[in-house]
Amino acid sequence: MKEPLYAESFKIRGGDFEHGGEVATRIKSICKELGIRPDLIRRLSIANFEAEMNVIMYADEADLCFQVSTEDVRVVVADRGQGISDIELAMTPGWSTATAEMRARGFGAGLGLPNIRNSVDEFRVDSRPGAGTTLTYVVRIA
Amino acid sequence: MLLAEIVSLLGCTELLDLEGAGNREITGCFAADLMSEVLAFCGHGPLLVTGLTNVQSLHTAEIVDVKAILYVNGKCPDVQVLALARARELPLLSTTMTMYEACGRLHRGGLPASTKV
Repeated sequence: MKEPLYAESFKIRGGDFEHGGEVATRIKSICKELGIRPDLIRRLSIANFEAEMNVIMYADEADLCFQVSTEDVRVVVADRGQGISDIELAMTPGWSTATAEMRARGFGAGLGLPNIRNSVDEFRVDSRPGAGTTLTYVVRIA
Repeated sequence: MLLAEIVSLLGCTELLDLEGAGNREITGCFAADLMSEVLAFCGHGPLLVTGLTNVQSLHTAEIVDVKAILYVNGKCPDVQVLALARARELPLLSTTMTMYEACGRLHRGGLPASTKV
């Protein structure tokens, strides 16, 4: 088991557009303080921002657990909400169930999950329709 | 291109009075209203041209290290967004030009596209 250098959990509330992005920017600051390479911080931050907005748009609430070791940064975003019935379809760039309000907020382009997948080194989606979705992703830093 | 040159080129209004902002060097530009597109395709540290004035435009800018935001169509964000941008020392500009016209002039003026490599 890798020894964590840093670990913190954040609550994200569904529908909270006014604060959407604050968790991702907070984690970015922490990563800077930890001295993680800027290009790796950027990749992680893109994944975090998309994951945070996904919770705000589609779930009731979630816990985002962020853990840094000497080898990697590991994030688990476990939400309670509607879940995803067809994960493969949801991973298709451009496919979206976003409402007009979500698009007016600048999201819902159908790029959320693909952006996360393309920004990290490991990515996994587990979902139970009607229960919720858990995203797990890793950015290697060593 | 300096931010001050962009202000002059597009006849922008500077929404914040940040000291030394005009001397910031801008090396590229990315334009979009969808923030996921910014996150997916934008290069490092550009001028972000957008019509989206909510707080997500600022958080997106923070994530991809945007040097300044230019709001088009005469748009201006609300006071909360302005306050957050001031706290982050992120210059905000506004122009009455459309996104197409603003980008056209910037490109003609020598500012290249900033895209992810």
